[in-house]
Amino acid sequence: MKALLLRDIQLAMRAGGGFGLALAFYLVLVVLVPFGLGSAPAQLASVAAGILWIGVLLACLLSLDRLFQLDFEDGALDHLALAPMPLAGVVLAKAAAHWVTTALPLIVVAPLLGALLNLPTGGYFWLVVSLAVGSPSLSIIGAFGAALCVGLKRGSLLLSLLVLPLYVPTLIFGMEVVRRGITGQETAAPLALLAAISLGCIAILPFAAAQALRANLR
Amino acid sequence: MSIWTYANPQKFMGLTGKVLPVLVVLTAVSLFVGLGWGFFLTPEDARQGATVKIIFLHVPAALMAINAWLMMLVASLIWLIRRHPVSALCAKAAAPVGAVLTLVALITGAIWGKPMWGTYWVWDPRLTSFLILFLFYLGYMALWSALEDRETASDLTSITCLVGTVFAVLSRYAVKFWDQGLHQGTSVPVATGGRTISDVFFYPLVLSMLGFGLLFVTLVLIRARTAIRAERLGALLRREGGGNA
Repeated sequence: MKALLLRDIQLAMRAGGGFGLALAFYLVLVVLVPFGLGSAPAQLASVAAGILWIGVLLACLLSLDRLFQLDFEDGALDHLALAPMPLAGVVLAKAAAHWVTTALPLIVVAPLLGALLNLPTGGYFWLVVSLAVGSPSLSIIGAFGAALCVGLKRGSLLLSLLVLPLYVPTLIFGMEVVRRGITGQETAAPLALLAAISLGCIAILPFAAAQALRANLR
Repeated sequence: MSIWTYANPQKFMGLTGKVLPVLVVLTAVSLFVGLGWGFFLTPEDARQGATVKIIFLHVPAALMAINAWLMMLVASLIWLIRRHPVSALCAKAAAPVGAVLTLVALITGAIWGKPMWGTYWVWDPRLTSFLILFLFYLGYMALWSALEDRETASDLTSITCLVGTVFAVLSRYAVKFWDQGLHQGTSVPVATGGRTISDVFFYPLVLSMLGFGLLFVTLVLIRARTAIRAERLGALLRREGGGNA
């Protein structure tokens, strides 16, 4: 499982462009926001946290369709399915690699982009915390969606239709943490619920994704 | 003689062929009487005027929109556990009906909301969760239509339905956390028994609910029968035409 994780991380770093793409997308999205909403600092401050969260959702989505696709096409996935480790473990390792190569860089740059959007001072800490706690669920839900769509020729559009509605609870609680953090309210309750969603997803979805992969490999 | 007898497509077709005409008549009568009574024979509400009568479409449609998803959940579970193709085809047949009912509930709600709340749409928990339910229906149907092999499609959509159910419930409560509601509470709370709607409206409403329920069952049966016939046709074509099918 560790070997698979390292292999996926290395592949993502080396196979040109894949690694930085989500970051570049995130930056472009943030640059577009002032053109759409106007550059008044107060106005930007009121939407900054929401834009940064939604940007992470979309940037995560961007790299999902490759999660199983390449391995499916060259047959490596068949080997992984036969390997002496549970397929759910494969899913978990791949989701973890996705999180390390996609979500983690996004979390690191989010505060910098927050400065561009004039995020209120109290928001930086809670933005990073909520992203760090919530983003594992984004990767694992995305892995489930990618497992469903792996056999499809035009899977990526369908993938977004299937995955984005599943991101709703994560987004709601993630934003609630940031909103309360900015106004100085107590954030323990939404943070605990956000962590519960992430942990629940990690516990259950790998099995659902493994079933979907098996149906697709049959 | 158990219910699983009817998992055999042949038996299913035989039974539904006999039941369907009766169901059609019952649906037509209960909808005609329920809606006719509701629209023309009930008084206008003291504050809402004639707009109150949209309840006879809105509430039954919303009720069946949720129950349609539950029925799909049960059918998906039966497919995953016992692998009866009729069950998977029934789930497939129910999805578009449920999606349309969700849309009916949303649109009638919007039409009612404009004069009453002063706006077609607010991001109220109930409205928002219904919109999310509609998105789930769309994703489910898109997945069915994207996959060619029926068995794979049945598997994948069933798994989607299970996971979707968990997330639909999760979203429902997450959305409640997110915003306070404008939508009034239920008029017919089943759990507590006390109701906040007068008898004048209550009886035609129950009849409309019954009518919508029967309508749903009828439509699902018709669509499932069509799907089974399409399966048979496909099998025949494959046998006769070789590669052309």
